[in-house]
Amino acid sequence: MHIPDGFLSAPVAAATGVVAVAAIAVAVKETNKKMGEKQVPMMGVLAAFIFAAQMLNFPVAGGTSGHFVGAALAAVLLGPWATVLIMSSVLVVQSLIFQDGGLLALGANITNMGLIAGFGSYYIYKGIDMLFKNSKASTLVGAGVGAWFSVVLASVACAAELSLSGTSPWIIAIPAMGGVHMLIGVGEGLITTAVLSLIMATRADLLKLQIA
Amino acid sequence: MKSKWWIIGLAIAFLLAIISPIASKFPDGLDRFAEDYNFADKAVEPSFTVIPDYSFPGITADATATIIAGVLGTLLLFGLVFGLATLLKSKHEA
Repeated sequence: MHIPDGFLSAPVAAATGVVAVAAIAVAVKETNKKMGEKQVPMMGVLAAFIFAAQMLNFPVAGGTSGHFVGAALAAVLLGPWATVLIMSSVLVVQSLIFQDGGLLALGANITNMGLIAGFGSYYIYKGIDMLFKNSKASTLVGAGVGAWFSVVLASVACAAELSLSGTSPWIIAIPAMGGVHMLIGVGEGLITTAVLSLIMATRADLLKLQIA
Repeated sequence: MKSKWWIIGLAIAFLLAIISPIASKFPDGLDRFAEDYNFADKAVEPSFTVIPDYSFPGITADATATIIAGVLGTLLLFGLVFGLATLLKSKHEA
């Protein structure tokens, strides 16, 4: 879902750039309050894992592939503001070093896959987890559903940016992007749930590191 | 080694980078959409490249070039974000 340069108009690139910079500034302030000894390695490992896992495209219907985004996993483990920092770091490195995602489109990519995917999945996860009284099952179901929504929400945001840029009309972009990402989101949900199950079975204490 | 859980996490990340050549080569959701609706050619080539397409330049064996790119990126992100988090922690404690 990494938008290359050329797909976005200057106003859309600038507006999402402002959103991304503001989100990162708040994220630095918020994570600064509660960053502790245990969160530091979790931040690093999540960034490394998300980068590596994003390389592993899996095929979905009709000659199309998708890949893990990772914002939901980060949001469940560390909270949405830490997620903004992790996803922004991954996206900056992907854009600068690997030419995946345009430099001018970086703000949009951070807005979609960091801010929207992170906060969207976090609140859906929290809602489901509380609704079912914070059990192990509710954590996994909430994370899985949140992860599915994170990908779908990010793809709809991406489609909206393409439409606002005049690259593709709304009536085509929203169903086309949303539709294929409803499939890709299933992969996101499965991977997120699998990783959390592994952590739950081996080091359940690592599920309690959320920092805002 | 109970305290070194993150070494295992990092090892899993490297393992994923090493198996990354098995990734599907199909275009992703956005690229596919751009191709199907004929705006893929709007994409502008990057003005500079470092390790384009997750393939370390100058290595002719595709899988090897991908693995090197993946391992470097994984290491870079671990170091970068670990460092950033350490900085945020120390500011908070100071």
